Amino acid sequence: MKVNDLVLQTVAKVIVFMIIIFSIYLFWTGHYTPGGGFVGGLMASSGLVLLLVAFDVETVKNVIPFDYKMLIATGLLVAVLTGLGSFLFDVPFLTHTFGYLHLPALGEVSLATASLFDLGVYLVVVGVTMTIIQTIGENE
Amino acid sequence: MNNLVILPLIIPLITGIILMFLKDHVRLQKTVSVISFLITIGLSAALVQTVYKKGIQMHELGDWPAPFGIVLVADLFSSLLVFTASIVSFCCVLFAFRSIGKEREKFFFYAFVQFLVTGVIGAFLTGDIFNLFVFFEVMLMSSYVLIVLGGTKIQLRESIKYILVNIISSALFVIAVGYLYSVTGTLNMADLSVRISEVNQPGILTVIAILFLIVFGLKGAIFPLYFWLPGSYEAPPASVTALFGALLTKVGVYSIFRTFTLLFYHDQSFTHTIIGYMALLTIIIGAVGAIAYWDIKKILIYNIIIAVGVILYGVTLATPEGLTGAIYYLLHDMVIKGALFLLAGAMIVITGTSKIKEMGGLIKRHPLLGWMFFLAVIALAGIPPLSGFVGKLLLLQSGLETENYTFVAVLLISSLLVLYSVMKIFINCFWREPRLSAEQEKGSTKGLLYPPFMLLILSIFMGVGAEWIYPYVAEAAQTLSDPSIYIHSVLKE
Repeated sequence: MKVNDLVLQTVAKVIVFMIIIFSIYLFWTGHYTPGGGFVGGLMASSGLVLLLVAFDVETVKNVIPFDYKMLIATGLLVAVLTGLGSFLFDVPFLTHTFGYLHLPALGEVSLATASLFDLGVYLVVVGVTMTIIQTIGENE
Repeated sequence: MNNLVILPLIIPLITGIILMFLKDHVRLQKTVSVISFLITIGLSAALVQTVYKKGIQMHELGDWPAPFGIVLVADLFSSLLVFTASIVSFCCVLFAFRSIGKEREKFFFYAFVQFLVTGVIGAFLTGDIFNLFVFFEVMLMSSYVLIVLGGTKIQLRESIKYILVNIISSALFVIAVGYLYSVTGTLNMADLSVRISEVNQPGILTVIAILFLIVFGLKGAIFPLYFWLPGSYEAPPASVTALFGALLTKVGVYSIFRTFTLLFYHDQSFTHTIIGYMALLTIIIGAVGAIAYWDIKKILIYNIIIAVGVILYGVTLATPEGLTGAIYYLLHDMVIKGALFLLAGAMIVITGTSKIKEMGGLIKRHPLLGWMFFLAVIALAGIPPLSGFVGKLLLLQSGLETENYTFVAVLLISSLLVLYSVMKIFINCFWREPRLSAEQEKGSTKGLLYPPFMLLILSIFMGVGAEWIYPYVAEAAQTLSDPSIYIHSVLKE
């Protein structure tokens, strides 16, 4: 029996963007308010899971042609290289720094290298969650 | 700050990540693994030499001072273990090149070996008890994957048991760390040691000490907690079993040494008596298992349990000679268990079975394999020119000095039984009438023999060159028997 899921698909198309934007918001504010790479990554992958529920595995793969296993490796590499970067300045592994920058639209913002490490965590979490869900979903 | 401490940990981690990108290029994966292992071995040798010359080295992660941040501490004990572990895992990976097969190599086998090595080396180097837990998990997660990779029926069954036991013991580990933190308020090992000696280890801390003994006993397979090991180590292929047998249980033993020489050494009449009895029973149970079976893998697995018991008793002989003997035996056992499992793997490749009664006369066509196995056997039993002798001699000596005659008797009898159990393999598999003709053999040993050969050379060197190695091990034991050296170099008071 063919189910008509027009409502679900239409809503999903709108909601997914909101979820992803909220996940990016969680990621950026993690330094001062609750949030950060882990929960941001989970939120982003929950948006992708909503797409998987509304459409099927093949369609989502065509729309977002990522190999999520490589996303895990990229995230790990980003996190480790952030740590290794401190060797260039002759300080111990994983030493972080921060600075204040004056950006045109946003005004005075503080940027910390810890957010690069968090970016690695974000990518790993998205990669791991999506790998698990896609692998179980595809299995016959 | 000293980058030498952290590099043996970072290099396997980065290599593991790079190998994930090289999923489909098996040859490139092998090249990258070999290069990274050579660099790790070189760096860890340099680390041993630096620690020997200049004393304990440490690396404060994130530039936070000791009790507040995580520190990596390399004293001579841990750096010797890092060095040995990287050599043994290198040989296991070389063995895997020829024996593991395309279908495993394509599914991140070498990457997971690198992550396993990261976990093991990290557990040896860390100076923070919760970080020790994290590195245990890094090591265990990779070992879950390595034990199940390939997906045969026996691997699936045994990996369920293995994962179940380890998840329970990890939960206990977290609970034990929680208790310790609520009593002392710190997680740094040196700081913990100071706080515990300030209150002189009252009853609640002895309870926590026993909880830690149970946790590490589950990881390291000591007497009532060894039940998961024989089945789980039988399931995976030979190179993985060699890696597990040489490294994983030894990390549990290392943690018992660290916690009971650095943290909980104030109530020795209670805790160390319990450890002593558990160690003796571990030796006895291991010996019973080793002589009971007619299966190569099973016999060698029970020999791991015997060795764990022998090394563990060294903690209770709280003399420098006893600790020296235990550390020497620990290093020897990592090398020789690796060699024995790899040689057994080569025998299984030839005959296609691990049952002793279905083999025979292998010496006719495989003399090199046969005599290498013989050499490994007598090194394991502790015959004088080889590596097992020095450690056992030191243990016996300090057992007699401290009047632990039961231990001396059990150790000597267990050595005989170890020799009997492995000689049984040698006599029945290599001598007798040949069972298989040249064309009936299931595979060739081409390229399989040089990794165990390297380990045997190392074992002979550890026996013959004991004069060179002894000062390092004695120095390591010195640091263990006097916790204040460790505390002062970490907290810089």
